[in-house]
Amino acid sequence: MAEAHDYKVVGTSPVRPDGVDKVTGRANFGADLNLPNMLHGKVLRSPHAHARIHSVDVSRALELDGVYAAVSGADFPSGAEGEIQGEGGGTVSDLAQNIVARDKALYHGHPVAAVAAKSPYIAERALELIDVDYEVLPAVLDVDDAMADGATLINESLHTNGDQSKPPSNVAGITKFERGDVEQAFADADIIIEGEYRTPTAHQGYIEPHACTATYSEEGKATIWCCTQGHFDVRSMTAGVLGMSVGDLKVIPSEIGGGFGGKTVIYLEPLAVKLSEISGRPVKMVMSREEVFRATGPTSATHSRVKVGAMKDGTITAASAWIAYEAGAFPGAPVGPGCMAIFAPYDLPNFRVEGFDVLVNKPKVAAYRAPGAPQAMYAMESAVDDLARELGVDPIDLRLQNAADEGTQAPYGPTFPPIGIKKCLEVAKAHANYTTPKGEGVGRGISAGFWFNIGMQSSAEVRLSEDGTVTVVEGNPDIGGTRASMCLMAAETLGVPYDTVRAHVGDTESTGFCNVTGGSRTTFATGMAVVQACEDIIAQCKQRAAATWDIDADQVDWTDGEAVPKPGVNVDVKPLSLADIAGNAGRTGGPILGRASLNAQGAGASFSVNMADVTVDRETGKVDVVNFTAIQDAGTAIHRAYVEGQMQGGAVQGLGWALNEEYVYDANGEMENAGFLDYRVPVTSDMPMIDTHIVEVPNPSHPYGVRGVGETPIVAPLSVAANAVRDALGFRIPDLPLSPPNVLAAIDEREGA
Amino acid sequence: MAKVHVTTSVNGEEREVLCEPHQSLLDVLRDELGMTGTKEGCATGDCGACSVLIDGRLVCSCLMLGVEAEGVDITTIEGIANGSELHVLQRKFLEHAALQCGICTPGFIVAAKALLDTNPDPDETTIRYWLAGNLCRCTGYDKIVRAVQDAAQELAYEA
Repeated sequence: MAEAHDYKVVGTSPVRPDGVDKVTGRANFGADLNLPNMLHGKVLRSPHAHARIHSVDVSRALELDGVYAAVSGADFPSGAEGEIQGEGGGTVSDLAQNIVARDKALYHGHPVAAVAAKSPYIAERALELIDVDYEVLPAVLDVDDAMADGATLINESLHTNGDQSKPPSNVAGITKFERGDVEQAFADADIIIEGEYRTPTAHQGYIEPHACTATYSEEGKATIWCCTQGHFDVRSMTAGVLGMSVGDLKVIPSEIGGGFGGKTVIYLEPLAVKLSEISGRPVKMVMSREEVFRATGPTSATHSRVKVGAMKDGTITAASAWIAYEAGAFPGAPVGPGCMAIFAPYDLPNFRVEGFDVLVNKPKVAAYRAPGAPQAMYAMESAVDDLARELGVDPIDLRLQNAADEGTQAPYGPTFPPIGIKKCLEVAKAHANYTTPKGEGVGRGISAGFWFNIGMQSSAEVRLSEDGTVTVVEGNPDIGGTRASMCLMAAETLGVPYDTVRAHVGDTESTGFCNVTGGSRTTFATGMAVVQACEDIIAQCKQRAAATWDIDADQVDWTDGEAVPKPGVNVDVKPLSLADIAGNAGRTGGPILGRASLNAQGAGASFSVNMADVTVDRETGKVDVVNFTAIQDAGTAIHRAYVEGQMQGGAVQGLGWALNEEYVYDANGEMENAGFLDYRVPVTSDMPMIDTHIVEVPNPSHPYGVRGVGETPIVAPLSVAANAVRDALGFRIPDLPLSPPNVLAAIDEREGA
Repeated sequence: MAKVHVTTSVNGEEREVLCEPHQSLLDVLRDELGMTGTKEGCATGDCGACSVLIDGRLVCSCLMLGVEAEGVDITTIEGIANGSELHVLQRKFLEHAALQCGICTPGFIVAAKALLDTNPDPDETTIRYWLAGNLCRCTGYDKIVRAVQDAAQELAYEA
């Protein structure tokens, strides 16, 4: 709904401010910092997926020449209390135990001890000298085993939803949503579609491994440099684990080499600070790729059952879903958002969702792009595809008939303001990739996607330099071009050229608090703070101009980057530009600094429709993506090329999840494919160009209509791929990934080979 | 373990370095020579973030030992621009928004330069297979491929 807006720079695609540093190798990422006298830290990890730890003895490691510190769980405070403030939530106690195991190792790769030595090589040799006495316990490796009667308990004191009256369980929590009379609606339905689906444990797969450098001072303060999606959250989490005051911790974010949610949590930072405290020297810690796979990130594997009821005319009257999410070794699977998202594209009178947060002996899951939604919507969108087949109707028409719209009460509660799902469906229906008949042997799939987007807390400062150039300072690491979007919104608001605006990501001491770069909140919420800080600048500039002209500030307008007298104000003066006012600031009251801080409300839901054509090689089981079309409501696209980039990147990441990526475990719970050779993410030659179409239904709660774009793109590709493979094969394979061995096995089973 | 004295050329400048025998060229570049533009994503030759040119040939510097660099010419991302003038590939990556986080970008630019040095007029399939050793998790590759296509076109126009 490209509303005619007359923005000057919003919606263009200029070169990003940090671009040159990133194409020349000058930009500093997490592992790029070296300090004088620095040591290198390494982590000893559990070789067992589940084991009691009777003792950890680091004394032999400390005897090795060049080793300066060694720590284990006993060196960290026990009994940490409180909840984590941040996107992922959870308790400080669980976080502390995930940083380094105490009495139990809960997954293969769980940290047990750490050392600091004068070289990474010596540190690795020192790890071999640490003696750990393990008592190996049975490993619980999927939700079905974990939920079964008599399952081995991962945490003997965990009770479902905290209910101590029930026996302990691996199910940490159950989430339920219900509306209407679901059973009656199913009884009255003409058609019922049921499906049972599984999605695998998958990793965010950021190319930059986790890295940090910490230095601890004699006065009990520490500084951490690290790659993170949110350095304020690193500060509070690290302080919580170490029992420090946030005021004694300074966190400086490096550039960040991808995160996708996986860098909203901490792994190394408390270890590095502790090792620095003991050794009295800076300590750098960098994970290997294998460690990244074994001990960080992944998103929940799921097992789900979905039931959809409809009338013969295509009206969907009821739906229910049962979804079990793997949490990993500690509670905290993205059950809530998954359950809230699953039916969001539809106007449904009757539904029920039950979600389960289930402990297994795998690394604790971390946020992954639209956390929880891709798995849930994969199940629903597969069932809706089957419903369209059963009814013999076009899958886009079926979705249009049942789509939510402005005024629909969302399944998760609020009433939708203007939303873009219908517009996305209409664009898809008319798109050349849909109207063109599919080729011989080609399967075509379509799916809707959705993410809430979030607001949360942000701060921004805007500073005028004496020549009128503008510096925006905010606290969100730039993971995909947000410096550019901040500069665009600042330039638009102030009425100045884009290239006069600079953006700086401040550390925890040089800018106000910002929550993480995640949830698709940065351009929305921090952008809102930047716009308000620019409005603060404009108000001050009007006052300075008024003082210069000896009139009242309310007699001054701000037009195209200049202060001008309001029409009818009788003064004979020339307009004062931002540069004029900035250059004269010393004589009119001092430097000009605008600021804003807020807890952003009114995040706008972003819907998408994706479609793809695929071919399936029946001899090898290999699925090839012939074309892919991503259509998404971005609200207003601030930087068009980076909005497209989010859509394209999310599409390919989702296709990787659908078609290849999975953690492969042996019976003891050791991941067998902890490297990029065997955990195969999509490569350039796997993919076609990704066609994009940005729908723009502005979000009324943001000054420029921003919704946020980064999460939604990964939601639909799972079901798009599955629906397309279903179309090509003539039968559905309900368990992802649709990798060659899995597809071949399904074909063989079907054909009785 | 005794260190090994290595004389090598990095971006046209002769460099001497003492390497541990087990150190990869990547570690020598980053830790001994302070050239951190070359990145480590996996250290197993699967992601291409550490791509460099050895005597003009594309190599994962994590798969080569530092001691093997004796007497060779190494080109890293820091040596791609001509003084203060960006290489056409660097400009096209910026203009096409072919980077999001930027961690894979040095490797992609080095790998793409190796391609255009050997094949100035590659078609899309050739570009995709040549760059298949470089992982990008952010962009979905679309804009990277377009940037390389556009760079090839500009180079052909200039030639």
